[in-house]
Amino acid sequence: MTVLKKIKPKFWDHVDAASGPFAYLFNFRRMWQLAVLLTVGVAVVPLVAMTAIDYQVTQKSIESEIALRISRLVSNTRRAVSFFLEERRLALDFIVRDNSFESLNDPERLQAILKNLQTSFGGFIDLGVIDTLGYQRNYAGPYRLEGVDYSEQAWYREVLERGVHISDVFPGFRQVPHLIIAVKHEVGGGSPFVLRATLDTERFNQLISHPEMAEGGDAFLINSEGKLQTPSLSHGKILDTSPLPVPSFSPNTELIETEDAQGQLNAVGYAYIEDSPFILMIVKNKKELLKPWYKTRLQLMGFLAASITIILVVILGVATYLVNKIYVADQKRLTTLHQVEYSNKMATIGRLAAGVAHEINNPLAVINEKAGLIKDILNMREESTKDEKLMNTINSVLSSVERCAKITRRLLSFMRNSGVTTERIHLGETIQEVLTFLSKEAEYRSFQISVHVDEDVPQITGDRGRLQEIFLNVINNSFAAMQDGGHLEVTAKRDKSDLVSVAVKDDGCGIPKADLERVFEPFFSTKTGKGGTGLGLSITSGLVQELGGEISVASEIGKGTIFTIVLPINNEKKGETVS
Amino acid sequence: MKILLVDDEHELVSTLAERLSFRGIQADWAISGEEAMRLAEKNTYDVAVLDVKIPRIGGLELKRRLQSKLPVLKFIFMTGHGSEEDFRNCSAETADGCYLVKPVNIEDLIQKMNELVKVSEVSP
Repeated sequence: MTVLKKIKPKFWDHVDAASGPFAYLFNFRRMWQLAVLLTVGVAVVPLVAMTAIDYQVTQKSIESEIALRISRLVSNTRRAVSFFLEERRLALDFIVRDNSFESLNDPERLQAILKNLQTSFGGFIDLGVIDTLGYQRNYAGPYRLEGVDYSEQAWYREVLERGVHISDVFPGFRQVPHLIIAVKHEVGGGSPFVLRATLDTERFNQLISHPEMAEGGDAFLINSEGKLQTPSLSHGKILDTSPLPVPSFSPNTELIETEDAQGQLNAVGYAYIEDSPFILMIVKNKKELLKPWYKTRLQLMGFLAASITIILVVILGVATYLVNKIYVADQKRLTTLHQVEYSNKMATIGRLAAGVAHEINNPLAVINEKAGLIKDILNMREESTKDEKLMNTINSVLSSVERCAKITRRLLSFMRNSGVTTERIHLGETIQEVLTFLSKEAEYRSFQISVHVDEDVPQITGDRGRLQEIFLNVINNSFAAMQDGGHLEVTAKRDKSDLVSVAVKDDGCGIPKADLERVFEPFFSTKTGKGGTGLGLSITSGLVQELGGEISVASEIGKGTIFTIVLPINNEKKGETVS
Repeated sequence: MKILLVDDEHELVSTLAERLSFRGIQADWAISGEEAMRLAEKNTYDVAVLDVKIPRIGGLELKRRLQSKLPVLKFIFMTGHGSEEDFRNCSAETADGCYLVKPVNIEDLIQKMNELVKVSEVSP
């Protein structure tokens, strides 16, 4: 709360003290709110919109890049697999074309071909020659399979129909995964025969385990029943059933998204390999793929947050600074307005008083001369001189005239000081002068007034009229606060080497703490409706500033108030401040 | 010593002239600028006591006209107004302290007149 209080600008709790032409021009709090809202809106909304658009575009482009990468990988691997199978099929095709049925039926020849295949291609386990009727006529390999009848088997019929067959992977006799490739050959117009080869899948697996699979991916083949045809990293062993469903057929590389048992999203690329029962599956963890995107996203969000923070700080700072400046300017405007009004008022009163004094002085002069004449005449007549009563009457008329003259002269001399003049002023004299104006009221209300001016208080340079007004206002203010019989103390003392301070202390009602800060504000008055204009102290403060001094106030409710006026001994600032 | 008193207040100048005559000072008086000029044409005076606010012509203007007629004439201004402006203008036109605010003590007035005449005798 205290931090908030500290940074809270002055205008925030501003309350207008006056209305009409003397009210402040703006509602500062609303002005500030409007400025902040508008600028924040204009600055932040486009930024957020741009960030959102950039977010979407970047996300889309990264996702399409991922799709592209997977499908490229799938296509490449598919091509490698089909090339591998094609190569072996063509090798068998070459053998059946290069060798007559008779030579293939020669066990030694077949053994030699198998050996050559194993040396050149590798991975061939056995070779068998099957005649039109489905009997295995010749066999080279580790098992004794001569004479086996394949005529009822599905693959054999497929070979006869389509000319080629590539089997699913099966465990074989030694529990080593195998697959079979069989090709049909028709000897010039005669009955066809079939060459069948068993391959182990070692080389096959190597094709699939691509280095690009390393980062959180998996690649394997399945058959149309969903059985794994090659080992996988995380989708089961060979010949297990894949946890992924068998995708629907498509001649092209396709991309789908699936969710695995742990609830993680996977991107799956697949392709049906032509002329084989195999489906190539490449599975990649989406989270892993999106890692660079997450990093970008974090940067984007960080940038947004930082920008908004900076914008807010700058806008709040600038708005507060500017509104505060406007507030201060408006306050100055009002103060000036009040001073102008006050000086106009004073000038009017001055003219009025001077006029009255003039009007009174003339008849007073006549009375003076007439009474003087009577006195002269009395003086000349010797017998009348003894008429003490008449003489006393004349003398008292003359002394009353003298008293009136003093009053009008004082009034005139006070009002005469309207222009700004710089002269040496004796503070004690000025205070006494002011007090004589108020002496009647003081007497009437039986105030006890004491003035104490330290001996070392020097004469100060300044404008006598202004100084008189200052003291008059402050003392008047104290008079208004005091009960009948109150005490007023005026003390002047030297403050440092080039300052004097005058303290006006009363034991009146005091000023509430809440009002204390505002007593020097223009038009602030607690006497509203009781004849107070609220001009006094704000004007006094303005006058003190004109003399290059400062006025301050300390007060306690029920105990009294002290106004302290600090004035420079040599007021050099005068020329600049008076305008 | 011969004095010319000018003030629009008839009662004031006449009484003042009478009182001065009791004190052995011959004083003529006028209640307008024109009358004062007429008197100045006929007689010579040592000191003129003028009101600052004389109807139509004004005390300062009258002073200038009288001065052109009687160059040795000394002036004392007497005023009921006492504004700063008057004070400055009149002070510029006369010797020091010859600006008196009404009502004026007759002894002060005589003293001032004596001073002025003495000064002019010492340094003609």
